[in-house]
Amino acid sequence: MTTGEAILILGMLAVTFGIRYFPFSLASRTTMPPLMEAALQYVPPAVLVAITLPAVLLPHGEWWIAWNNPYLVAALVATLAGALTRDLLATIAISLVSFFAFQMIVG
Amino acid sequence: MNSPSQPDAFTRRKEFLTGARDTAPLLLGAAPFGLIYGTLAVASGLSAAAAIAMSLIVFAGSAQFIAVGLLAVGTPVLIIIATTFIVNLRHMLYSATLLPHLKHLPQRWLAPLAFLLTDETFAVTVHRVHKEDGSPYKHWYQLGSSIAMYINWQVWCLLGLLLGDRIPDAASWGLDVAMPIAFIGMTIPYVRNVPMGVCVLTAGTSGLLTMGLPYKLGIIVSALAGVLAGLLTEVAMRKRKEAAKP
Repeated sequence: MTTGEAILILGMLAVTFGIRYFPFSLASRTTMPPLMEAALQYVPPAVLVAITLPAVLLPHGEWWIAWNNPYLVAALVATLAGALTRDLLATIAISLVSFFAFQMIVG
Repeated sequence: MNSPSQPDAFTRRKEFLTGARDTAPLLLGAAPFGLIYGTLAVASGLSAAAAIAMSLIVFAGSAQFIAVGLLAVGTPVLIIIATTFIVNLRHMLYSATLLPHLKHLPQRWLAPLAFLLTDETFAVTVHRVHKEDGSPYKHWYQLGSSIAMYINWQVWCLLGLLLGDRIPDAASWGLDVAMPIAFIGMTIPYVRNVPMGVCVLTAGTSGLLTMGLPYKLGIIVSALAGVLAGLLTEVAMRKRKEAAKP
């Protein structure tokens, strides 16, 4: 394990445990503001999309919108499979298989 | 399920085992996440030791997943830690909800229960603590659920690591395509209503517009933009609905 990895893991431990423990460290009963509660549900999809969309459309830092962009093809298949199945494992399985079939036919 | 009505019929052991048993379906649900995390961790450039250590001492599925995805695109460590903070903020809501039922416990209980708190354990435990049956050992129920989740997560991550090791040249093709696929597969179940759709579209557009920002800061900016857009849409729709009422 490198120093960088150790710093990463310890940092992630610190923030994760800190968040989970923080309310326990308060003596009295705490309640979260309803608006904060409503906001939290949007965090996971927002983060995932903010990472994925640029990675798919600009895989090497430059725009690449074409049928021979494998990331874009995989993403489109995954979106379709995900919308149809709404199941993570099925989405991954369908997408990977279709993607490799596509690669074999096209490439 | 037969639940005894006398408080003295509750035992620590019974609560612990019931907690673990009630978590069983969720253990299966966590399996693919653990498998994929393990498979992709090494391909993203993380060492196997670090990938295992992350599962053992961070123990936060979605944050681990995102950390691996960010590592793969060369994100600085501090930004990954900041993203972890944002992604895990929801756990504060869980702790705050469980607190009234746990605050009588000593630190040697509170610290491990906090460390082991996940979406799944919260979901089953909140159900248990709200059942007013007078059991004095509900924290044993949460511990049973927590430990089941913890062991389960380690096993699947390890299997994923072994699997990733078996796939030849996983680093060259596996990560590249599997990561966006997995992230899309995780996003789509959230998109059930208009505010979620607005949130996702805003976060994605902002992600493209803010790519020029240094240190991959655009990801955090875009996540916050998406959250704000979703929230504003939700509030606006609620207000409109209330105004439409006769």
